[in-house]
Amino acid sequence: MNPFTYTRPADAAAAIHEAAHAGARYLGGGTNLVDLMREGVERPAALVDVTGLDRTITELPDGGLRIGAAISNTALAADRRVRTRYPMLTRAIVAGASAQIRNMATLGGNLLQRTRCLYFYDDAARCNKRQPGSGCDALEGFNRMHAILGASDACVATHPSDLCVALAALDATVHLEGADGKRALPFEALHRLPGDTPERETELRPGELITAIELPALPMARRSTYRKVRDRASYAFALVSVAAALEIEDGTIKDVRVALGGVAHKPWRARTVEALLRGQQPSEEVFRRASAGELSSARPLRDNGFKVELARRTIVAVLSQLAGGRP
Amino acid sequence: MSVTGIMRTVLRYVPDALVPGTRPDDERVRHGHVGKPVSRLDGALKVRGQAKFAAEVAIEGLLHAAVVHSTIARGRIASLETKAAELAPGVALVMTHRNAPRLKAPEAFGEGDGVAGSNLPVMQDDRIHWNGEAVAVVLAETQEQADHAAGLVSVTYEEEGAVTNFAVAQADAHHPDSVLGEPAVLAIGDAEKALAAASHRVDATYTTPPLNHNAIELHAATVEWADGKLTVHDATQMISSTAGSLAKVFGLKPGAVRVLSPFVGGGFGGKGLWSHQILAAAASKLAGRPVRMMLSRQSVYRLVGGRTPTVQRVALGANRDGGLDALIHAGTVAMTTHNNCPEQFTFPARHLYAARSMRLEQKVADLDMLANTWMRAPGESVGTFALESAIDELAHEMGIDPIELRRRWEPERDPTSHSPHSSRHLVKAYADGAARFGWDRRDSVPGRQRDGEWLLGMGVATGTYPYYRFPGVKARVRLDADGQVTVSTAGHEMGMGTATVQAQHAADRLGVALENVAFEYGDSDLPAGAMAGGSSQTAGTVAAVTAAADALLAQVLKLAGNDSPLGGLRTSEVVARDGGLGHARDLARHESYGSILRRAKRDFVEAEETGSMPLEQMKYSMHSTSAMFAEVGVNAVTGEVRVRRFLGSFDCGRILNPKTAASQFRGGIIMGLGLALSEATLFDPRSGRVMNPSLAEYHVPVHLDVPEIDVMWTDIPDPQAPLGARGIGEIGITGTAAAIANAVFNATGRRVRDLPITLDKLL
Ligand SMILES: Cc1cc2nc3c(=O)[nH]c(=O)nc-3n(C[C@H](O)[C@H](O)[C@H](O)COP(=O)(O)OP(=O)(O)OC[C@H]3O[C@@H](n4cnc5c(N)ncnc54)[C@H](O)[C@@H]3O)c2cc1C
Ligand code: SF4
Repeated sequence: MNPFTYTRPADAAAAIHEAAHAGARYLGGGTNLVDLMREGVERPAALVDVTGLDRTITELPDGGLRIGAAISNTALAADRRVRTRYPMLTRAIVAGASAQIRNMATLGGNLLQRTRCLYFYDDAARCNKRQPGSGCDALEGFNRMHAILGASDACVATHPSDLCVALAALDATVHLEGADGKRALPFEALHRLPGDTPERETELRPGELITAIELPALPMARRSTYRKVRDRASYAFALVSVAAALEIEDGTIKDVRVALGGVAHKPWRARTVEALLRGQQPSEEVFRRASAGELSSARPLRDNGFKVELARRTIVAVLSQLAGGRP
Repeated sequence: MSVTGIMRTVLRYVPDALVPGTRPDDERVRHGHVGKPVSRLDGALKVRGQAKFAAEVAIEGLLHAAVVHSTIARGRIASLETKAAELAPGVALVMTHRNAPRLKAPEAFGEGDGVAGSNLPVMQDDRIHWNGEAVAVVLAETQEQADHAAGLVSVTYEEEGAVTNFAVAQADAHHPDSVLGEPAVLAIGDAEKALAAASHRVDATYTTPPLNHNAIELHAATVEWADGKLTVHDATQMISSTAGSLAKVFGLKPGAVRVLSPFVGGGFGGKGLWSHQILAAAASKLAGRPVRMMLSRQSVYRLVGGRTPTVQRVALGANRDGGLDALIHAGTVAMTTHNNCPEQFTFPARHLYAARSMRLEQKVADLDMLANTWMRAPGESVGTFALESAIDELAHEMGIDPIELRRRWEPERDPTSHSPHSSRHLVKAYADGAARFGWDRRDSVPGRQRDGEWLLGMGVATGTYPYYRFPGVKARVRLDADGQVTVSTAGHEMGMGTATVQAQHAADRLGVALENVAFEYGDSDLPAGAMAGGSSQTAGTVAAVTAAADALLAQVLKLAGNDSPLGGLRTSEVVARDGGLGHARDLARHESYGSILRRAKRDFVEAEETGSMPLEQMKYSMHSTSAMFAEVGVNAVTGEVRVRRFLGSFDCGRILNPKTAASQFRGGIIMGLGLALSEATLFDPRSGRVMNPSLAEYHVPVHLDVPEIDVMWTDIPDPQAPLGARGIGEIGITGTAAAIANAVFNATGRRVRDLPITLDKLL
């Protein structure tokens, strides 16, 4: 680990000021950043600890929630309003990591956690994300955990977060603050696909701070869920995960939200599934066609071909469950 | 015929009474301590954090070490830049092959009395032998400074072609000289011909992946030189031989190295002599200061070997009555040219079933990799996966219950050595286990039982592990005038309950209360103890303590003299009881140890002896066995496998402490769950590099993966083993993976022959 300075500012303005120079990084719970510093993958010169910033959950006039980015994953999952209005979010969070890690991890940090690609973690490997232009050892290496959607020849890594999959499905908004002032981004626009620049993972500008997430009022989300499929019963990253909400009126699907985890460089909003389902009568057959539509663009790698079928099946199972009134 | 074979044949004609090792369980040593569920004596210390492990020993002026690992598998170091590291804050020394002290190469297991994982010289030249080998060691005032400076060492290499692809290397596989003393090829009759003629047959290939050791305690050594002597606080399961080996490496007299290892946080075969202890001692010598080297988890993966991958063919041919006409178990494992651990996967087949013809064959393919090593039931764990899966396949194809099929194959004598069994109750273990597990509720047609999305199935398999007792184990027993007993031997407590069980034994052997026994271990200055390997430590130590206690009691009887109620009695007529010696039958004739010693004006008496030669294992076929039962759910949508219930029914001789034994069985089974379902070292065949060197990416079972595990045992003492006990540390992992794979088949009709059984194999 490299030497670094450490500060813990009391408000956002001070944090942004501290982080204004190159080499500075915000520090949440440190469960990802400090790991990567130990591995020598990240080498920040200054850590600006943002766990002292806003961590409250406030009601918005329309019934939505505004959540301070410093809130711990555990506190967010446990909030009664979150549990009842957005059950998929609570389920996604508690499906992730371990209780100890969730206690430390912040909302902001979870959004910006980096890929678990084995070659990204290993200094001795070639990795375009770690060292732009060096190549990608995962392309023909161990890529069982890797992307089947939206990847490029430069990088086939996945975004590992569970929490983010729910945020993608819920149409959340990300609030940012930087030297140039405040702005907001739709959650879906936060993370990028790898393209030729896998080292650029988000649309954040240098030094920009995530201050809060807003969840819109979304009554249908009360009947929503999250299902995660992984290699052991707990404490493993998703091979495939599905966050979904379904609203059925008079026997037809009025509205639907589906997002996938473990399949792409970003939390994957399954717009094709949604488009194919709206206005349809719910049935397993309809769900199957919709999920097949979403995955028709899948480009599996050597080890992860199973994810295509797994994603299809899991989408169908989750939607069937919601349609059957079992959230 | 091998030397072992000749010995076996000769011993068969020698009566038991004349074979020193084969002494029936001594009925006189029954005072109620042995067999009781005594809680671990070290438990409270550990819970309070007072047990000091190797990396916690504080020494004035200690330097901390970090390792720089090679990033190629074979070649030489072209350049080594250490300046930046040397100038970094807190750094005391950077050691590389250029300045490391000249050392002899250690002897590997199987060479002389060597115990090292590999016989490669440690940091003596610019050669690289595996991806991850240590190329530099940095010593600094703090661990953080050492870690930081290690990142500043830059190394370039001249790469040479390396063999790092097991699939490719198999083409050049060869027979090892021997498989732990057994021949690499063993043939009885013409198995291929019998197979071709059999009315039912199975012929399939099974594969198991490389696995890594993940003891919770990281490998660590805290070392100090003083007056030309070396002290090593080590985390080891082979104290005495580590001391001896280190003395040779550093060119010291035996006795000039002292190894201390009072507590070990898990060994499983991985806590042996690897390069890190040698590097720590070398660097300490060079720096002139004490050194602590606690490996990071990643460094453990790069410097400490694990289980090697296997490819195994099992072919079984049965006749119409279910008799086993042909048994073929043949395959290849990866190994190196600098170690000798051929993962004896054919061992179960050598002893389990009565086959009319057999062909057992082991090959090794040499790779440029970190030396593989022992890992809980090396061979038997993965060998039973293949063999016991194949039996399940055959039973299914024949329409016979798999337990019944095995019952028909129960041998009268050992099928390959032809020696009589010392004690074998596998059929009973099956019957007892089946009754408790509810095996009769199993539907023999796969895929019919369901609970919502989950397909349910049951599976069964045999587990087995040999009885081992190694020669040369010494123990000292001391009796103080106040009635205190101290047993001393350089043994190991790795959490399995050694100290507790040995205290129980000594209390019974000397007829004193448990509180009056102290068990000293974990120090190479004590009489050379048993290594904690091959599930042999308990039997080996008990035999040595028995010999020492017998000698001690003879002395005490002599001291008692004629003025004692014991006057005139011979040793064969007295027993140790009630804190003294007494007549075997006449309870009135008794004198306490205190009284005898005081009268003789002695503060204490002591005796040191070596355990009897372990000839029992040559005369008899001595093996523990078990019947393993699993019930699994396989998710019909996702292919996820969850073990719902597990039962192990064991025949391991007498159980000395049901509490510590149950933990050993359960721990073995949990490790077997990992082998079955989730563990695999991702060894990149392009680079020879381990790509998942962390507990986040190498999947050991977590709590939620572990179901209720029931364990039971026959508790039938083995008349040929010390105290009737055959060893229990490793058998739990054997048979477990097959029981689970067989249950998965029963649930789904899908046969997975490639471990681990991850969900993609069931979609
Ligand atoms: C063993 C293990 C298993 C795990 N398993 C899972 C899992 O199954 N599912 C899952 O979803 N996650 C999992 N995680 C990841 C875990 O959820 C993340 O590490 C955690 O959410 C990161 O939060 P943090 O606050 O600790 O972030 P940090 O490590 O502190 O920071 C992460 C990144 O976010 C940046 N950052 C932090 N806060 C802000 C802010 N307010 N504004 C801008 N940038 C910011 C930091 O600069 C850094 O780049 C696992 C982690 C580990 C170690
Ligand atoms: S997949 Fe992406 S992160 Fe992984 S090695 Fe390739 S470029 Fe690096």
